[in-house]
Amino acid sequence: MRIFLLLLALAPSLHPAHAGERGGAPGSRDLEALLVESMLSVSSSKLDTALSEVDSLLKINPKFKLAQLIRGDVLLARARPLDTLGNVPGAEERLEDFRDEARARLQRFNEQPPTALAPKFLWQLNEQQRHAIVVDTSKSSLYLYENVNGQPRYVADYYISTGKKGAEKIAEGDQKTPLGVYFVNASLPRSKLTDFYGSGAYPLSYPNEWDRRHGRNGHGIWLHGTPSDTYSRPPRASNGCVVLSNDDLESLGKVLQAGVTPVIITSQMDWSGEQDQAERAALLREIEQWRADWASLDTSRYLEHYAQNFSSGGMDFSAWAQQKKQVNAAKSWIKVSISNISAFAYPTQPGLVVVSFEQDYSSSNLSNRMKKRQYWMKHNDRWQIVYEGAA
Amino acid sequence: MKMLNRLKLYLALCAGSLLLVFTPAAFADEIQDINKLFRQGQQEQALGRVNSYLAGKPKDAQARFLKGLILTEQGKSGDAIRVFSGLTEDYPELPEPYNNLAVLYASQGQYDKAKIALEMAIRTHPSYATAHENLGDIYAKMASQAYDRALQLDRNNAATQTKLALIKDLFSGAAKSGKPGVAPLTEAATVAAPQPAAEPAPAAAVAAPAPAPVEEKPAAAAPAPSVPEPAVPAAKQAAAIKPTDGNGNEVLKVVREWAAAWSSKDAKRYLAFYSVDFRAPGGEKRSDWEAQRRERIAGPKTISVGIKDARVKFSDSTHASVSFKQIYRASHLHNVSSKTLVMVKSSGSWLIQEERSGK
Repeated sequence: MRIFLLLLALAPSLHPAHAGERGGAPGSRDLEALLVESMLSVSSSKLDTALSEVDSLLKINPKFKLAQLIRGDVLLARARPLDTLGNVPGAEERLEDFRDEARARLQRFNEQPPTALAPKFLWQLNEQQRHAIVVDTSKSSLYLYENVNGQPRYVADYYISTGKKGAEKIAEGDQKTPLGVYFVNASLPRSKLTDFYGSGAYPLSYPNEWDRRHGRNGHGIWLHGTPSDTYSRPPRASNGCVVLSNDDLESLGKVLQAGVTPVIITSQMDWSGEQDQAERAALLREIEQWRADWASLDTSRYLEHYAQNFSSGGMDFSAWAQQKKQVNAAKSWIKVSISNISAFAYPTQPGLVVVSFEQDYSSSNLSNRMKKRQYWMKHNDRWQIVYEGAA
Repeated sequence: MKMLNRLKLYLALCAGSLLLVFTPAAFADEIQDINKLFRQGQQEQALGRVNSYLAGKPKDAQARFLKGLILTEQGKSGDAIRVFSGLTEDYPELPEPYNNLAVLYASQGQYDKAKIALEMAIRTHPSYATAHENLGDIYAKMASQAYDRALQLDRNNAATQTKLALIKDLFSGAAKSGKPGVAPLTEAATVAAPQPAAEPAPAAAVAAPAPAPVEEKPAAAAPAPSVPEPAVPAAKQAAAIKPTDGNGNEVLKVVREWAAAWSSKDAKRYLAFYSVDFRAPGGEKRSDWEAQRRERIAGPKTISVGIKDARVKFSDSTHASVSFKQIYRASHLHNVSSKTLVMVKSSGSWLIQEERSGK
């Protein structure tokens, strides 16, 4: 009895794959949609449909292990009742990983991002930053935005895996993904990596200035690919890195700029509204005022832009103030111009914004050009600098 | 299914049906009248009459079965469940009460109980197609619940209530053949023989090999009991069809045409494959058998019948038997069974003289 029921289960696998029908290789969203549709077909008791969906998917990508598991379920469901998703005796821990992935992908399928909105964190992109990335660890998603005249425009989003133990990294080895404003530091080609990292890796700037100030340590937080034996990993699988499928990493790799592309990692995606626009305008005015006050050689007005809890490279506010007073006293004139400003709201700290720009400084006795980074914090309705240094 | 087992079950069924065979004709007429009322939708009247009938013959299986149907139709699930449960206790060899009990349980969302009842129906009668079909539906429903739980889907279950097939035929066949008692046996026999079928393009159709799970790690390997034996690729399968002599292909061609006629739901063409002296599997009259076949072919929206692993054995140049796996798929039913057609060549064409389930 069982045998012939199982034989039957094979029959619907004859449906042609949809792969060719679309023209062009199906993207990861297409694969995900097929996967989710097959799960929903099981959920509405349509086992035949489920099998043909999961089969088409596996025809395109046989390494999609979650799909293999679902296929096993669908076949099994003809012969006996299923208990859950992933009916394999033993290996409960790994199966729970697969269920997590199933739920994460279902959620991604059900809640596609509002493509007309910009993430709350992307206040301003500079001219070099052709793209920006926002990662939402809670939704196992990485969102890619393109810089259109300084405004982010949605391009794509991808399923990702993040730290085994969740988000908000604090210490080396805690297997968590950091939350904050980071930049892609470098690009490591496949040839320099083991298979574990898949099609490439992009180290991020964790720990950043804010992390260091809060004593967060650890290193080696990368965006990277997936080992060749699998298409994807569970939502929580890495030691803190952000892991993409190799295909997705390759498409992403085409637009990532080492030293330039911002990567904001949050545990709660949020969208930009009118108030964010107003705040941004206010901050940009304040930055301009800071520049003007500095150039005016009015040191006390200049120092009013710095918060009491300011610190930079071991200098606290009073050390900074003292040094600036000395330096400025020796000058008869200063010219400061800033350009290429980018600004990113900090995901874990309300009222904190990471500002970067190019600074062209000249004075009676010294001139230089540098890339600078400041952390501005809104405190008692006033924007002030809490960190400043070279970027 | 071993032949011996099948035989045993078959005998048990015969014994059980004897209880019904000896219902005197007058009572049978009353039952038929009540049945008519039931089918006309006059449930109140039907219930009244079946109750008075049962007052005199409280053990009567047909009357109780009919009462169960009437109560089901009236939406009195609890009462209907009691009636069918009683029948399964008194006549555990009859699959129909189990099946209907399952339908009622399923309608209440009690899938575990429905499953057990269907398994009992199948145990009493392994080739009972409706019960298999219903059990498949229950499994699908249980798979749905499992996935909803696993995916934390909060569904409104009202919309996805399973619709199972209620058996109303405990004695309808009897009315036709004029032998009231034989009903369950006839039903069973017809189901056992020509029910199942499958894909129209036989060899190619069944051939898709199951993509072997790629996962190396034990966790994701496809569940052991579900891994089907990889189907033989199409080419090999064609080669497996080995007629014992040159005429084998001719016979096979006829069998394929027969399956194609069945698949296209062309009853006239289908019936034309049977010889004048064809012996109906249940021993019915040819006309009764034909009527029943027409009904069954007309029933499902779609039918497809596939032939796999066919073997032709000649006893002489005009007599052959063809054994094969018959893969039957109707709108909601899938079944694979072994079948043997005894063929005779008459005026230049091969015709079916006998149709048997099993080898």
